[in-house]
Amino acid sequence: MTPTLAGRYEMVVGLEVHVQLNTRTKAFCGCSTNFGAPPNANTCPVCLALPGALPVLNAHATELAVRAALALGCTVHTTSVFARKNYFYPDLPKGYQISQFDKPVATGGRVRIGTRADGSPIEIGVTRLHMEEDAGKSIHDRFAGVTAVDLNRAGVPLIEIVSEPDMRSAEEAGAYLRALRQILDYVRVSDLSMEEGSLRVDANVSARLRGEMALGTKTEIKNLNSFSFVERALDAEFARQCAVLERGGVVEQQTMLWDAGAGVVRPARTKEGSHDYRYFPEPDLPPLVLDREVIDAIERALPELPDARRARYRKLYSDLTDYDVGVLTAGVGLGDYFEHVARAHGDAKTAANWILGEVLAVLKTTGQTIDHFTVRPADLAALLDLVRDGTISRTAAKQVFGTMVKTGDPPASIAEREGLFKVTDDASLSTWIDEVCAEHPNEAERFRAGERRLQGVIVGYVMKKSGGRADPARLNQLLAGRTGGGT
Amino acid sequence: MSAVPADLAAGELRDAIVARSLSARAAVDAAFVAADAVRADRDGLNLILSSDRADARRQAGDADDRATEASPPPLLGVPVVVKDNIATTTLTTSCGSRILEGYVSPYDATAVERLRAAGAVVVAKSNMDEFAMGSSTENSAFGPARNPVAPDYVPGGSSGGSAGCVAAGIVRIALGSETGGSVRQPAAFCGVVGVKPTYGRVSRYGLVAFASSLDQIGVFGRNVDDAALALEVIAGADPRDSTAAERLVPSYRQAARGALTGIVVGRPKEYFPEDLDPRIGALCDAAIDHLRELGAEVRDVSLPHSDLAVPTYYILAPAEASSNLARFDGARYGLRIEGDGLRGMYEATRSRGFGREVTRRILLGTYVLSAGYYDAYYRKAQQVRALIRRDFTNVFAQGVHLLFTPTTPTTAFKLGAKSDPYDMYLSDIFTCTANLAGLPAMSLPIGRAGGLPVGGQFLAAHFDERQMFVAAFALERALGAGAHR
Repeated sequence: MTPTLAGRYEMVVGLEVHVQLNTRTKAFCGCSTNFGAPPNANTCPVCLALPGALPVLNAHATELAVRAALALGCTVHTTSVFARKNYFYPDLPKGYQISQFDKPVATGGRVRIGTRADGSPIEIGVTRLHMEEDAGKSIHDRFAGVTAVDLNRAGVPLIEIVSEPDMRSAEEAGAYLRALRQILDYVRVSDLSMEEGSLRVDANVSARLRGEMALGTKTEIKNLNSFSFVERALDAEFARQCAVLERGGVVEQQTMLWDAGAGVVRPARTKEGSHDYRYFPEPDLPPLVLDREVIDAIERALPELPDARRARYRKLYSDLTDYDVGVLTAGVGLGDYFEHVARAHGDAKTAANWILGEVLAVLKTTGQTIDHFTVRPADLAALLDLVRDGTISRTAAKQVFGTMVKTGDPPASIAEREGLFKVTDDASLSTWIDEVCAEHPNEAERFRAGERRLQGVIVGYVMKKSGGRADPARLNQLLAGRTGGGT
Repeated sequence: MSAVPADLAAGELRDAIVARSLSARAAVDAAFVAADAVRADRDGLNLILSSDRADARRQAGDADDRATEASPPPLLGVPVVVKDNIATTTLTTSCGSRILEGYVSPYDATAVERLRAAGAVVVAKSNMDEFAMGSSTENSAFGPARNPVAPDYVPGGSSGGSAGCVAAGIVRIALGSETGGSVRQPAAFCGVVGVKPTYGRVSRYGLVAFASSLDQIGVFGRNVDDAALALEVIAGADPRDSTAAERLVPSYRQAARGALTGIVVGRPKEYFPEDLDPRIGALCDAAIDHLRELGAEVRDVSLPHSDLAVPTYYILAPAEASSNLARFDGARYGLRIEGDGLRGMYEATRSRGFGREVTRRILLGTYVLSAGYYDAYYRKAQQVRALIRRDFTNVFAQGVHLLFTPTTPTTAFKLGAKSDPYDMYLSDIFTCTANLAGLPAMSLPIGRAGGLPVGGQFLAAHFDERQMFVAAFALERALGAGAHR
């Protein structure tokens, strides 16, 4: 797209985000929600839609939906109504999806995605949050000539979070998704894995001339498997729409599919817009009635949310940079880990440095998550204690940490086993100094003659000889006593 | 042990089996002998869609083994028939439909589970209008059932097979289901007792859904006590049905000891129209005289929205049915006919799997839920439903305990006599109101007209089945053998 085109038109984006709730069992039956079970293993008369079976709402799913809604600043309604969304498809066993339609469980929230120059927040509105069940999976490419259906996912509880059309660029859409995911991560309602399908995004996008108030005709983009695909697909679709409008054409309301390989959007074969879902209230489930006290109790039990945590870190740990705070609060688990280490060790900056350096590097290479990291926060704090009180050197600490990652053992026992405690006794240190001076007579002679800058060189030799165990502080004191004319 | 006396009520049969003066096996054998004698099979009255004598005898053997238990259950060894739209792990659950021909459920409906736990032996699944859509059991994909009282006449429907099995003396107890009178109307046509409990009184788990907000499992009995016993066993909360009420179930059989003194019985004028069959009107008047003599105060009342019930019903029930029957798509179970692609398979399977009446109602229901028509039909019908319900709650709030009406405007009609669907729909005119309002109601025999049974109907306030049984027991005693003459 030419810069002039991009400048003349404005992108308008609204997002529909489906989030799988991390309940143990499905939304309306007792089947397991475990991912990766053999096909159709997690099914029963209810989720297979056998004749006569009836749904019973999973109370935990309701609680998670309410928690998510409150975290997004939504109003949770004391009465909401399940509705049937009717359409035929083999992976939809009942011929309808139990969802919510005109009376969703929550409406009217907001997600903060940044701050304007004047300090005011940039917020994206959340139109509604409703509960529904997932469909099964159609597998078209596994068996020649036929489609297979796996109903393990059928009936897994979802929430759908519908945003207002408040985003004006692909970057804003990405920022909204990251902020949304962060909030949902903090309240621990979902695994939020796009690979496993527990977080799915559909994007509605339209283009209009800048300054225009009315919205243009939108298209819906599906098959968006990562946040970066969302951004790329939005840019691609926006460019396509601008080109259509620029030619004097009309944007057709339709569903587009993102083709990640080709980096383009293509019209889907079926026209979703032509569906009449014939919604009506689900007669098998009474209205979902929530006591105000129950909602309030869930709200009171909400954990600290990302914005609040960032503000607290900036206040409490003033020596952390904004960047440090941003990384530490990106996921709830890392922040929890950091706080635990900082509290146990006492020096937040050192804790942050270790976590942002060593810990993140290890997580990245081993693929572990912070929640299941082999090094417990108390042990990392103990390691930092050993460095601070001089029991081991910083170099040795890195070696100990490497072993901790592998074994999960406490640092002191590793240091002992591997002989990494710092050597501070004058006799041992003097022996090493003597040996180094014998090996490097030239430097030794010049140092003794008063060339004090060589002290560092000699310390380096000793550190190397001692395998990092020599206590540099004591070493420097001893060397200072040996220099000639050194006052 | 002796042969089974034909006139033993279900409770008496159970007591005899517990006393070991009769065996459950003999009781089950007697049921099969009776079924053979009346020709209940496809070539005869066509009341039964599936039965398994060997399996029934095995169940009976288990029942005989339980006779010595410390507290033997209330239906021990009693043979029962279950309508073919209620899930059972033995026999078929075909709903009288080609699309589920030969289908066997992997689970028992809650009501069946409770019958079995109470010691009952399921001997047969009964014929019915396809997916319970009909009022004559002529809409069965497996041929029409006939009325044991007069085989040229319909047994009523949709639970015509169950009503017929009780009327023919095959069993004392049978399960049926109601969406709009499908237990009471065949009970009236066949001269047996039929009870539709309050919506929520009996779990619907395992009842193949027709219209979920109206559906309720009901019971047939040869007499009031049989029906009371059966309902006691199957009623009560169920964690598998969110619409089943969490309420204690009183003993309905003990209602036999209740008196009608001080009870106010309403006579709704809308249920006694001028064109009512005068013989039915006269039998109702006679029954009402009995109620007075028994100490009840009879009061004229009005339910002004009654005439809207049939059209309301025929919007709401098809709407829900169009969604409930979507699962019969050929993908997972039941009939499947390949066609051109997925859509072709759906069309071939459903076109050939469903009969005319079911197809008609799916089309009607799809229409009234469609964008642009929803407000005019579905939403409006829901509003009228609320008015009909309010008619009843108003009357019950004015000190009326029960209502008494004819169950049907006519006696049973001949097979093939009603070819116009709307004409057929009108035979539910006095019964479908209770379904729309969610009220308990029952029909019991009050005499005969032209040799055909006539039913009288009691309706009670929500969850007040007990009051209904008090009156039914008393009226049954007062009528004596006259109820069947």
